[in-house]
Amino acid sequence: MPKLSKDQLFELINEREDRFPKSIRLDIFRKLSELPNLSNKTVSKILDSVEDAYLRSLVEPGEAIGTVAAQSIGEPGTQMTLKTFHYAGVAELNVTLGLPRLIEILDARKNPASPFMTVYLEEPYAKEKEKAQEVQRRIELSTIESISDDITVDLALMQIKISLNDVLMKDKGLKPELIIEKLSKLKKGEVYNKNNDIIIDSKDLTIDDIYKLNEKIRDLKLKGVKGITRVIISKDQELDEWVLFTAGSNLPDVLSIPGVDPTRIKTNHIQEIRDTLGIEATRQAIIDEATAVLQDQGLDVDIRHIMLVADIMTQDGNLRQIGRHGISGEKESVLARASFEVTVKHLLNSAARGERDKLRGITENVIIGQIIPLGTGTVDLIMWSGYQRNNKSIKDV
Amino acid sequence: MWTPELKKINQIQFGILSPDEIRKMAVTKIITADTYNEDGTPIEGGLIDRRLGTIEPGQRCKTCGNQVGDCPGHFGMIELARPVIHVGYAKSIIYKLLRSTCRACSRILLDSLTIKKYQRLIEKAAKEEDIKTTSEIIKEVVKEARKKSECPHCSQPQFKIKYEKPTSFYEETPEGSVRITPSEIQKRFEGIQTQDLNLLGIDATHSRPEWMILSVLPVPPVSVRASITLESGVRSEDDLTHKLVDIIRINQRLRENIEAGAPQLIVEDLWELLQYHVTTFMDNEVAGIPPARHRSGRALRTLTQRLRGKEGRFRGNLSGKRVDFSARTVVSPDPNISINEVGVPEQIAKILTVPERVTEWNIEEMKELVMNGPNPEINEKTGVSKTGSNYIIRPDGKRIDLRFVGDLNNTAEMIDQGFIVERHLRDGDMVLFNRQPSLHRMSIMAHEVRVMPFKTFRLHLCVCTPYNADFDGDEMNLHVPQSEEARAETRVLMRVQEQILSPRYGGPIIGALHDYVSASFLLTRKKTLISKEDVWQLLLAGKYERELPLPAIAYPTELWTGKQVFSLLLPSDVNVTAKSRTCRKHDVCKGELCEYDSSIYIRSGQLLSGVIDRRAIGADESESVLHVVVKDHGSDRAREFLDSLTQMLLEFLSHEGFSLGFSNVNMPEEGKKRIKALIAENEKTADEIIEAYHRGELEPLPGKSLEETLEMRIMSVLAKARDSAGSVANDYMGISNSAVVMASTGAKGTQLNIAQMAACVGQQSIRGERILRGYRKRSLPHFRKNDIGPVARGFVRSNYRTGLSPTEFFFHAQGGREGLVDTAVRTSTSGYLQRRLVNALQDLHVNYDIIVRTTEGDVVQLRYGEDGVDPMKSYHGRPVDIDAIIEEVLSTEED
Repeated sequence: MPKLSKDQLFELINEREDRFPKSIRLDIFRKLSELPNLSNKTVSKILDSVEDAYLRSLVEPGEAIGTVAAQSIGEPGTQMTLKTFHYAGVAELNVTLGLPRLIEILDARKNPASPFMTVYLEEPYAKEKEKAQEVQRRIELSTIESISDDITVDLALMQIKISLNDVLMKDKGLKPELIIEKLSKLKKGEVYNKNNDIIIDSKDLTIDDIYKLNEKIRDLKLKGVKGITRVIISKDQELDEWVLFTAGSNLPDVLSIPGVDPTRIKTNHIQEIRDTLGIEATRQAIIDEATAVLQDQGLDVDIRHIMLVADIMTQDGNLRQIGRHGISGEKESVLARASFEVTVKHLLNSAARGERDKLRGITENVIIGQIIPLGTGTVDLIMWSGYQRNNKSIKDV
Repeated sequence: MWTPELKKINQIQFGILSPDEIRKMAVTKIITADTYNEDGTPIEGGLIDRRLGTIEPGQRCKTCGNQVGDCPGHFGMIELARPVIHVGYAKSIIYKLLRSTCRACSRILLDSLTIKKYQRLIEKAAKEEDIKTTSEIIKEVVKEARKKSECPHCSQPQFKIKYEKPTSFYEETPEGSVRITPSEIQKRFEGIQTQDLNLLGIDATHSRPEWMILSVLPVPPVSVRASITLESGVRSEDDLTHKLVDIIRINQRLRENIEAGAPQLIVEDLWELLQYHVTTFMDNEVAGIPPARHRSGRALRTLTQRLRGKEGRFRGNLSGKRVDFSARTVVSPDPNISINEVGVPEQIAKILTVPERVTEWNIEEMKELVMNGPNPEINEKTGVSKTGSNYIIRPDGKRIDLRFVGDLNNTAEMIDQGFIVERHLRDGDMVLFNRQPSLHRMSIMAHEVRVMPFKTFRLHLCVCTPYNADFDGDEMNLHVPQSEEARAETRVLMRVQEQILSPRYGGPIIGALHDYVSASFLLTRKKTLISKEDVWQLLLAGKYERELPLPAIAYPTELWTGKQVFSLLLPSDVNVTAKSRTCRKHDVCKGELCEYDSSIYIRSGQLLSGVIDRRAIGADESESVLHVVVKDHGSDRAREFLDSLTQMLLEFLSHEGFSLGFSNVNMPEEGKKRIKALIAENEKTADEIIEAYHRGELEPLPGKSLEETLEMRIMSVLAKARDSAGSVANDYMGISNSAVVMASTGAKGTQLNIAQMAACVGQQSIRGERILRGYRKRSLPHFRKNDIGPVARGFVRSNYRTGLSPTEFFFHAQGGREGLVDTAVRTSTSGYLQRRLVNALQDLHVNYDIIVRTTEGDVVQLRYGEDGVDPMKSYHGRPVDIDAIIEEVLSTEED
């Protein structure tokens, strides 16, 4: 029997490019290339069988896949836990999971309860711990409060005294000079270092102002990225690299940090992805996040359902919520909107606008008692009326 | 009966009724606040005027001459003495218009250049049917217009307008705040030009803004506000009628006062009162004013309340409708019927009917049905009544109620072709069966009727999974399709056997469960050998009617293995390679030589190795034996397989015997001691951690406080205590233990459940933390304050067999309560999520070109799911089971 080379096999499979999708072709290629002694005939036979099976597995036109997808995601919701927090990747970070997280994703929330990033690093940084820590320090937000033991106001001298914590300072790679520089920029008085304490001497200020200043400097950003409160460094055993996990998310700013691998960075803040990377990335993020939630709960949901939800959420280029402020509220039909939520408002406004309901959707047709344009309702049957009268079978015609 | 019709309603135009229209459509002016005369006849010009339609049977409408069902009702009207504002528009539109139009010339407060700019933008958006951008443009127009302090057209100064809930407007003139009366608003609005209105998002052809100020009020027909007569003969009027009475009374007083030239103050007060009544007539839950109340103190249910909410007109009556031909009762199991069947109580079968048209082919049968009548005699063979009928419908449409027919035989002779007989439900009819909550499409499936004695619906145990039903008092609903189309769709699309595969994950959702799983394990394990008589007994239950294979053991007695018996029910050409649930996932799989017999090999329908458990035939298990049978052999064969397998397994199990009792969770003394020692040891470790904490020697984990670290460490030690105790218990329990059989085959329960029964219940928790709430600084008064040891914080060291101590019992109840609360909260949140999802996605469907579009025509996916594959027809998400195909092709090659 003539043996097929890999290239020949690849050719043979790709001949059927337009018959079945790439994912299946790749799968066949991967599996067949492991087998020895395949003849041209055998491969063709296998491909014929696969094509047959593929055609049999196609969706039927008219199928109400929207409803099926909604049910497939909604039904397991009853089985999910309400327990909000769990650990993701590293023990130190809490992440919202289960039903609350799924709702968060579908709501397209602007402020998720626990934003979280996974930051992969570029070559030199990924392999060495010290290098990785360098990046960690660049990302983690340090404020004066977070590196000092105590901040006191001395009203007699009109001074604010910041007692720095040396260990923390070292850990974050900060020097007192930097703090002095930053504080000086505020132009609220003379700043100097005295026995590792930083003193702000501001004799010109009123007592009220000095307390205000005291509050202000606590949150003064020294280093790092806004919104990222903690960065945890951890070794990914599989990749054999150091990876950073952050509490808080700020995709645009972290992307610009040197050492961060922009191609692999991840965040669970979907709206942020929409704003920085665009709608295609958003769609993929919704799919990934929703799949992760369901998988974590041990629920088996076909990816196609999740893709459909992600697609309709991102259909018009914006991230639209599943619900009254998104998809359901932007429907064309007045009756469909009115029958979902805020009934009366929709009716009154549509009257003022002189809207017209074209009755093309499902709810509208249910309301007026007509057949819905879906499933078997999409089909019309035209029968030849002469059939019975002539008492002939169709073949005779 | 349903007949195919062309679409009747093409579109619906929304708009506001103009005063002229209201006057034209009114059949009468309503002038009296009274309803009935002394003699009980409705007053002419009153609220129950006969011309407004009829609500009493037998009476004819004075306007259209129809009787109750056919008279649609007719509107009346009330001429208001002074105009009032429609609440629904006060804030959203009237306020907007007042602020963005000129108080003198009524033009929009934008110069002509800006007007032109926005006109173009709106036209463009309208052409593209882009509702979203249109509304954004309008918002911008309003924002810009209301900034102007001087009219660009007539140069008049503009003042700030203040809105006060719910219907008052004030203009802040230099002289002070002046109220703008509805009449004044009406006058200003009349002058707004159509093109200006377009910019503000109002379609002037269908709704002029001045129409939002009511000068004449339409009175809804009586059929909208039907009064009810109580048994005592007292009439009770609808809430709307009550409200209309108020309006008419005040309106009259206002008119009289105006005509008598009463002081301005009194007129204004009455006007305000009229506004209140009209407002509450429209919406009785407006913020800022007290709701109008009934004499009894209950708030009135007026127009808005009727439409809104779950029980409102839209969701309660229009999107969901009540139906006839339905039944509901308790469900109970019947393992002897097919999964496709449902047992229907005789009493229900005699009430629900199927209309059947008399033809030349069925006339004899129909005659018999009519003869049997509404109360047929008992059929000796089945033990239930013969099929009868309740009504016949003559070709002229007249219904004959068979209960009141003297001689049924005569009536039966009377029927002819073209009659319709409404016959009782009988065996083989297709009906829809449903259990709420209907969370997925498998919550409504079509079953074949089996009329049975007693009063419950009977269903096969395998369909419990899709319905999520059990028999602790669950009730289910049944619906009878009434048309041939409906029955056909029902049979082809909704039959139980067509729903074995779930579209959620592409695997069987209907399959063996509970005892069926235990039984199949016991049957197919290696040690099961069955004598000839027993084999035939099993196969009889499994409805196997062919020959026996050669026995596995021929001498001294002929014996068959359980695997052989199982194989007889399989289709003869199934090939499956799978793993059992008992698989220990050894590093090197020994395949068919596995000591746990957990490698399933089925070749040409013969189970060669592997034990059949939940993984192979269970519900909710993908890529299993059952899955392959459904996919390769179709739903008919799969149903047959499930039916005969379940019945055979039950037969086997009732002979084999299977029970769970106290002895199954009991342990030898030695084991008890070991468990006790283990728990004590771990508790000691926990105490040591606590001591270290008290001494301040505990090192906090990064990112955690000292207390959090302590809790985490204690929790993990105690979890280890329970797990290791459980594994000790496991050592003393072999596969001969029923509890172990159930847990390891997946029939019911888990290893954890066994551990809790036999060894140690373990730590109880609330919100993932040890129990700490209760008294000051302690969970129960049995402990010292600040005791943070295991026992004082909800660690249950007993097991269910020995029983819990009082404190342990209390902690356990606390943990259990949390679980219950959690479920209750979850059902409502996930229910709402489901509703939102369905509402957002329901319009999507696949077109003939596999493109996913909404019914509006917007494309959502160019190819459904990127590969066009139906998840239900996929092999657990994969379009094709390539491995199986390769194996099959290669094996045929070898021959």
